[in-house]
Amino acid sequence: MKTIARKLLFALLVLLIVLPVIFPLLWILMSSFKTQVDITASPPRWLFEPTLRNFEKVFREQNFLKFFMNSTIVGVTATLLSLALGLPAAWSIARFKQTKLNLLILVARIMPGIALLLPWFLIFSRLGLIDSYAALIMSHIVIGLPLVVWIMSSFFEQVPLEIEESARVDGATRQRTFVEIVLPISSPGVVTATTLSFLFSWNNFMFSQVLSMERTRTLPIAIYNFVSYAEIDWGAVMAAAVVIIAPAIVLTMFFQKYVIRGLTMGAVKG
Amino acid sequence: MLDGKLLDRHARILFPLPAVVFTLALLVFPVAYTVWVSLTNWNLTTGLPPRFVGLKSYAAVVQDPRFWSAFVRTLYFTGMAVAAETVLGVIWALVLNRNFAGKGIVKTLLLLPLVATPVAIGISWTLFYEPTIGLANWGLRAIGLQGLNWLTDRGVVLPALALIDLWQWTPLIALITLAGLAGLSLEPYESARVDGANGWQIFWHITLPMVAPAVLTGVLLRSIDALKTFDIIYSTTLGGPSFASETLNIYSYNLSFNYFRLGQAAASLIFLFALVLSFSAVVSRLRRRLGV
Repeated sequence: MKTIARKLLFALLVLLIVLPVIFPLLWILMSSFKTQVDITASPPRWLFEPTLRNFEKVFREQNFLKFFMNSTIVGVTATLLSLALGLPAAWSIARFKQTKLNLLILVARIMPGIALLLPWFLIFSRLGLIDSYAALIMSHIVIGLPLVVWIMSSFFEQVPLEIEESARVDGATRQRTFVEIVLPISSPGVVTATTLSFLFSWNNFMFSQVLSMERTRTLPIAIYNFVSYAEIDWGAVMAAAVVIIAPAIVLTMFFQKYVIRGLTMGAVKG
Repeated sequence: MLDGKLLDRHARILFPLPAVVFTLALLVFPVAYTVWVSLTNWNLTTGLPPRFVGLKSYAAVVQDPRFWSAFVRTLYFTGMAVAAETVLGVIWALVLNRNFAGKGIVKTLLLLPLVATPVAIGISWTLFYEPTIGLANWGLRAIGLQGLNWLTDRGVVLPALALIDLWQWTPLIALITLAGLAGLSLEPYESARVDGANGWQIFWHITLPMVAPAVLTGVLLRSIDALKTFDIIYSTTLGGPSFASETLNIYSYNLSFNYFRLGQAAASLIFLFALVLSFSAVVSRLRRRLGV
């Protein structure tokens, strides 16, 4: 009897935690299927006839497919380049204890984005690179690279030195050892770093807001521009929010173990 | 073949080289450029070429009352949000720190706000905070209170924005603390129980000191980001009403991209950077003193 009461109390506590976390997201999802009449009703309507009109508007009239593609192109390219730059650097930092180098790259993590955005804007304007994929992707590498270095250097530190040394005794070069032995062992770290840098690029607003225009506009800018209308079409805005948030959530659920590990890494590492 | 050997021999230089070149070009050079701009009177609206004026832009920033209000607001917003997130996050972690069916699902759900696009979240909360049709006021009225002008009342707007931050980031502290709790050794607990300590004493004298490093790491990460909060404020209020939610980040952004007073913008950015940097230094030192 007492244990059942305790179990119920615990379930209630868990519900008290989960419900506030999940409710706003569910409400956004619900609202994206509401008509303007249902969404502006007061008190809020919990039951309504769902419509797909909002999603139709977002994709047909607002061209979200293009922004979706832009976000994907920028996110994927920036992530791949962050890995290409960051993996060898992280290995070198871990293997040769290059702490100063580590510090230099990690300053990007605490640097306020605008402190970079202002000079970038001036430089990229002069080079005619505003609204180019190149400038946007470079700015997103600045987000991805420190993540890759931070996550991967601690993974590489755990690779036993003997494994590398025995490969080198067998005549393998450092680069072959790195690609064929060290990277495969550290693949969970690579998945973590890849997922997080893509997510951070996908969600980035500030850099894209200044560096992209009509041609390279990404989803966060698209939804932001959407609300600047005089009368807000809330249903369509909520549908746009779903279009942006859903891929991030699906990706997270797919790789949840890795995302949790990446986000909480500092705590365990100390 | 030759370059293969070269790469092998000079791995410690050649492996990090691309990342270093990139960082120098996109990070170090721009920051140096910002420092130079901060020493000029560059203003894009005048069309005049920038002229070296020494520390005048810094003086202009320091004499701008809007800067100081933004400074205080940044600390107020960060302090309020991070303190609430820490207390709540640690409590959540303590509740969830046991084995139960569905723990994996709960952890996944906690993860969702962390990865949801902040601009989309800010805009969605604008709907929740909408005075006539929003959920927030419906909730207040349901319990017999008066509705608030969440985003347009000068006295309410900052706590309202901190509440969005609280919703989005409490799970991070909870997950970090949970990870810290999972790594604790059981030995001190056993000896404490042998000594007859009660639950509260065990929490206060054993659990808390042992997870403190993990919690502090969470606080550090969160504070660095909260000091720089941009997306949520920009997408809901643009720093308004009449600057009531203008933090240093928004202030610098407005100076840069709305007023084009680049000299002053750069100077205020240097202040912001110094603030974030000194804050991280203080917390890192605190962590080291706690023996991490």
